[in-house]
Amino acid sequence: MTDTVTAPAAASPARKARKPATHFDPNPAKAGWFTRIVLLVICVLWLIPLIGALVTSFRTTSDAANTGWWSVIVHPSTLSSLTLQNYSSALGGTQHMGTAFINSLAITLPATFIPILIASFAAYAFTFIEFKGREFLFLTIVAMLVVPNYVAFIPILKLYRDVGLNGSFPAAWLAHIGFGMSLAVYILRNYMSTLPKTVIESAKMDGASHYMTFYRLVLPMSVPALASFAIFQFLWVWNDLLVALVFIGPGNNEPVTVALTGLQGQFGKGWELVTAGGFITMLLPVIVFFALQRFFIRGLTAGAVKG
Amino acid sequence: MASIRFEKAQRWYPGADAPAVPGIDLEIRDGEFMVLVGPSGCGKSTTLRMLAGLEAVNEGKIFIGDRDITALPPKDRDIAMVFQNYALYPHMSVEDNMAFALKIAKVPAQQRKQRVREAAEMLGLTEYLQRKPKALSGGQRQRVAMGRAIVRSPQVFCMDEPLSNLDAKMRVQTRTDIAKLQSDLGTTTVYVTHDQVEAMTMGDRVAVMNVGELQQVDTPLRLYDHPDNLFVAGFIGSPQMNLMKAVAVDGKAKIGDYLVPVDPASQRKMSGKVTVGVRPEAWRLTSDGGEGLPITVTLVEDLGADSFIYGTSEVEGTPSTVIVRVSERGRIHKGDVIHVTTDPRNVHVFDTNSGERLSD
Repeated sequence: MTDTVTAPAAASPARKARKPATHFDPNPAKAGWFTRIVLLVICVLWLIPLIGALVTSFRTTSDAANTGWWSVIVHPSTLSSLTLQNYSSALGGTQHMGTAFINSLAITLPATFIPILIASFAAYAFTFIEFKGREFLFLTIVAMLVVPNYVAFIPILKLYRDVGLNGSFPAAWLAHIGFGMSLAVYILRNYMSTLPKTVIESAKMDGASHYMTFYRLVLPMSVPALASFAIFQFLWVWNDLLVALVFIGPGNNEPVTVALTGLQGQFGKGWELVTAGGFITMLLPVIVFFALQRFFIRGLTAGAVKG
Repeated sequence: MASIRFEKAQRWYPGADAPAVPGIDLEIRDGEFMVLVGPSGCGKSTTLRMLAGLEAVNEGKIFIGDRDITALPPKDRDIAMVFQNYALYPHMSVEDNMAFALKIAKVPAQQRKQRVREAAEMLGLTEYLQRKPKALSGGQRQRVAMGRAIVRSPQVFCMDEPLSNLDAKMRVQTRTDIAKLQSDLGTTTVYVTHDQVEAMTMGDRVAVMNVGELQQVDTPLRLYDHPDNLFVAGFIGSPQMNLMKAVAVDGKAKIGDYLVPVDPASQRKMSGKVTVGVRPEAWRLTSDGGEGLPITVTLVEDLGADSFIYGTSEVEGTPSTVIVRVSERGRIHKGDVIHVTTDPRNVHVFDTNSGERLSD
């Protein structure tokens, strides 16, 4: 447990809680009472909206329209009226959440893995190959990070219209690949530059080509960085509404986020459907996060060089 | 197997004010164990990396045998290198680490296995072949790094301070292991270290470097007995040689009232300011007469077999600490005043300004 680090997003308060341990504390992993209470309060505050949404997603349409979700707790007798109906109507029926789920996968997977592949090539070149203008080129790419995506929407939309890409999956892929690329190159290059240089030199002496060094050494050693970027990019693309709305829009190819907004009635009704759809949408990111978390292992290069 | 020749090889790092190695001329014979030694920043590693092909050579040439390798990429030079931090491939087993180069060279699997096994046997790694580097101790990792070099049976081994990450005991043992291995294999080896004990014990010949220049290339004993200049005199030997400033008067070297006995050659050559070097073991205690250099003892180190006496001398020109080795113990104590002198053949005389050796 000591050699796993959690994702930056989950830099958990629990970890911070270990800090106040004083030198005479026999068990530094144990937090004080004050810390525990504060943490508990924060956790509860954090969870209340989620619990509310969860409860709402099981309520009937009329209940959701007339009373708040807490009435379930206040009047436990209404527990019996909870239903799974919202989930089935969100998934099937006229709402298309099921199709949208598949669409989201079809958009997210390529939009996650293609930039990783390209960016890791680029990061390798920026780290291990000497060429003229390397620094300048890298700075240019990093500088792209400060350009907001929105300014590119109109030109891209025009471009897509000319080549007839609007509304298709590749439209979303290309947009996400482009928008994610500078961050990907930045993260991966920074990670690769911490890899022990002598290992790469050693491969050079052993006769490995750049291609071989990349595939046999640098990629396997960069797994933590690849995994963390993969999680970021996956979550970002999966949760994205704006790019999908602009370049794909509602229709046969719509992803879950677009479908989710469609669940909401014209006058802001249909909370019970939206919350149910929301939980369906959350399912995959949660699975992905917990599945990939084990790759955040520090010390993957342990043993390569003397610490 | 091959000899190595540096011809005015220069390395100038981009953006640096001066070359790291202005131009080195060095010949290493076939099968020789050559040690490059010097203080940090003296250019010894740069020299080695030029040979390995990890640093570009700005000017001059490097030959292995008759091949001009100056412009060849590392993989075409037929050199294996052992790095200070071992540089093992962390995600591969010991076996894969050692077989990596052979795999790239497309050696058939059968032969590959055979060669890895032989090398592992030679290094006592057979039982660790399936382990990952992180499950090995420092000494074992070091041996894997050696094994990776051996399986390739290259023309030249380059070793960049391969022992400096080991603890003291491992270092002594591995030192002799490497020296023995090298003489068994007979592969030309260039070994970089900052540790002069390693240099003295391992090298067939030792090249002493300072600020990018070769100071002296000689056998270890010759370096010890006959240092060509002040730098080598001060660098080789532990504890250090006592270097004292003296004035040459009528063919005699004077330190205060003490006349250092010097050999005829330096009597002829020296004039003005000279530096006189005497190794700790070359001093001899004079009987109470008060002749010789007076030294106030500040510290006595009893090592069992012999003792080192550290003292100060009021006489102008002596270093802050004068070190004397004596073989008997218990006779000299802190605070005593002793008188020491030496014999002409044990005195090294150098010109203080140029640093050149004057004695024979």
